[in-house]
Amino acid sequence: MDIFLQQILNGLVLGSIYALIALGYTMVYGIMGLINFAHGEVVMFGAMVTITVISLLTSAGVTLPGPVLVLIGLLVAIPACMLLGFVIERVAYRPLRNAPKLAPLITAIGLSIVLQQAAILIWGRNYIPFPPILDHETIDVFGATITQLQVGIVVLCISLMAGLLVVVEKTKLGRAMRATSQNPAVAGLMGVNVNTIISATFVIGSALGAIAGVMVATNYDQAHYYMGFMIGLKAFTAAVLGGIGNLGGAVAGGILLGIIESLGAGYIGDLTGGFLGSHYQDIFAFMVLIAVLIFRPSGLLGEKMADRA
Amino acid sequence: MNANKKLGVFIASAIVLAVLPFVVGSTLGNSWVRTIDFALLYVMLALGLNIVVGFAGLLDLGFIAFYAVGAYTFALLGSPHFDIHLPFYISIPLGALCAALFGLLLGTPVLKLKGDYLAIVTLGFGEIIRIFMNNLNAPINITNGPQGINLIDPIQIGGLSMGKTIDVAGFALNPVHMYYYLFLALTVGVVIMAYRLQYSRIGRAWVAMREDQIAASAMGLNIRNIKLLAFALGALSGGVAGGLFASFQGFISPESFGLLESIMILAMVVLGGMGHIPGVILGAVVLTIAPEILRDVIGPLQMHTFGRMIVDPENARMLLFGLAMVIMMLTRPEGMWPSKRRKAEFEDAKKG
Repeated sequence: MDIFLQQILNGLVLGSIYALIALGYTMVYGIMGLINFAHGEVVMFGAMVTITVISLLTSAGVTLPGPVLVLIGLLVAIPACMLLGFVIERVAYRPLRNAPKLAPLITAIGLSIVLQQAAILIWGRNYIPFPPILDHETIDVFGATITQLQVGIVVLCISLMAGLLVVVEKTKLGRAMRATSQNPAVAGLMGVNVNTIISATFVIGSALGAIAGVMVATNYDQAHYYMGFMIGLKAFTAAVLGGIGNLGGAVAGGILLGIIESLGAGYIGDLTGGFLGSHYQDIFAFMVLIAVLIFRPSGLLGEKMADRA
Repeated sequence: MNANKKLGVFIASAIVLAVLPFVVGSTLGNSWVRTIDFALLYVMLALGLNIVVGFAGLLDLGFIAFYAVGAYTFALLGSPHFDIHLPFYISIPLGALCAALFGLLLGTPVLKLKGDYLAIVTLGFGEIIRIFMNNLNAPINITNGPQGINLIDPIQIGGLSMGKTIDVAGFALNPVHMYYYLFLALTVGVVIMAYRLQYSRIGRAWVAMREDQIAASAMGLNIRNIKLLAFALGALSGGVAGGLFASFQGFISPESFGLLESIMILAMVVLGGMGHIPGVILGAVVLTIAPEILRDVIGPLQMHTFGRMIVDPENARMLLFGLAMVIMMLTRPEGMWPSKRRKAEFEDAKKG
């Protein structure tokens, strides 16, 4: 029972991070109908920039409490990633908006390679440890443990997601975003500046991605130039699982995927009689993805769309 | 082109291809012959992927999985790992068959998907295959995990082993030369297969499906079958190339079959000219040779201009590759050498 609960808790932490990244994918997909392949790299840059800022501060002799340092790091990383998201849209997507679907996909993959290599140039090929400035004090929950940090991650994720929901549902910007996703041409006729809205979508998604990147780095205590690939892929899976283009779906999908993954990794050994071990964790996301697309291509919360999948 | 001129071009290119490895080997060294061998392998792979992406319009980002299946089948059936040593004329077709089966295995669940969704599922499939190759060394050691499989048998034809240098009438015939001719023969086979397919009933069915699936099925095409056929045939050429790669290299590990390789092959197809066989061949050759030239140029150039290495050449190479992909797509999205039809489509899209 402890193991079960422990895996659920781990899954919840992982899942809320997936959900945050999945929001970036789902927003872009909802508006443009494209997978932003470079989103994972934005996540990676968020983590790397934050770590760099924190290391600079600590080596300059600044003594502040850990969370404040992380916050300062984020205050640099978030605008940096927003700019990155803006540039990605401008370079890889806007010129190709009317081209066949394959063209923006290739530019996005190309850009993602460029960003990874740029990260190698700046930070090198090695794993970069997250500075040991945060407590990892554990809390006991019915025999399972969770660190304070992880509780913080989950709480922050939930508040960010709630905030985004408010923005999309209640503000003028949100209304323009929804209008653009339904029909860009008509939204344009109604006075919505479609280009600005698309840029805003990328920028907001990138800001969330930057925060998620820092969460990944704190949770695993390290960052790496290649970290964006796998986590991006899984977050995309989460977005599809929940029904792509649907914000609530991305959240539900992310958390569900996180839990499936940790339960799967925890129990795969027992289930297969020791034949497969927990290093197969990564295949669960893909199995889930394939299963969802076969049985419910519109996702858990997605609307039925005949031509989508 | 009239028949005589065609014959002339054919004979000229046959002669060039026949003497190429010796000319290159004596002027630039045998490492370049090796690069040309790899270019031929990539031509086979790119033509295989072109069936799936170019003809049938199914975006596949996990194509390298089939290459891996072919390579691992060959390696397991011809290495000291299990101490099985089957001759290549059994293990290469077996590898191709296995790859085709995996093609069907991937194709069946994704029949209803298209576009980005298909891309992401195929990408996931490629990763699943790689994760299994990486981890199937315990509890039963099948793939030998991340260490990969060593000492794979070279191809043997009759009593002739392609792994050793032999002497033919005063000519030293290196393994790279012998493999060149083998690869060339098989590449020509794959090219002919691709051309025959393109103009066949099946090829036209693929194009019809690519352009409008609903209209195609209304015309009586069995979409399921032709889609699966595209996956299987594409995988088949991937499997053949994989087997050849394993024997040529003598060593394989999961590292050779990562996502980047899949992307590389897709880039060959797209940058060359999707659906256009000469374009795809050009794309494969350029994208194999150009990085090698860069490798030779970037390092010395930096030493020359700055007196020291500023950027790791491998890093710079990939950076340029990524940039080239972006710039190419932005300036010439139809590819280097597109088919007339595709070019016209893109010109239409630009206007409208």
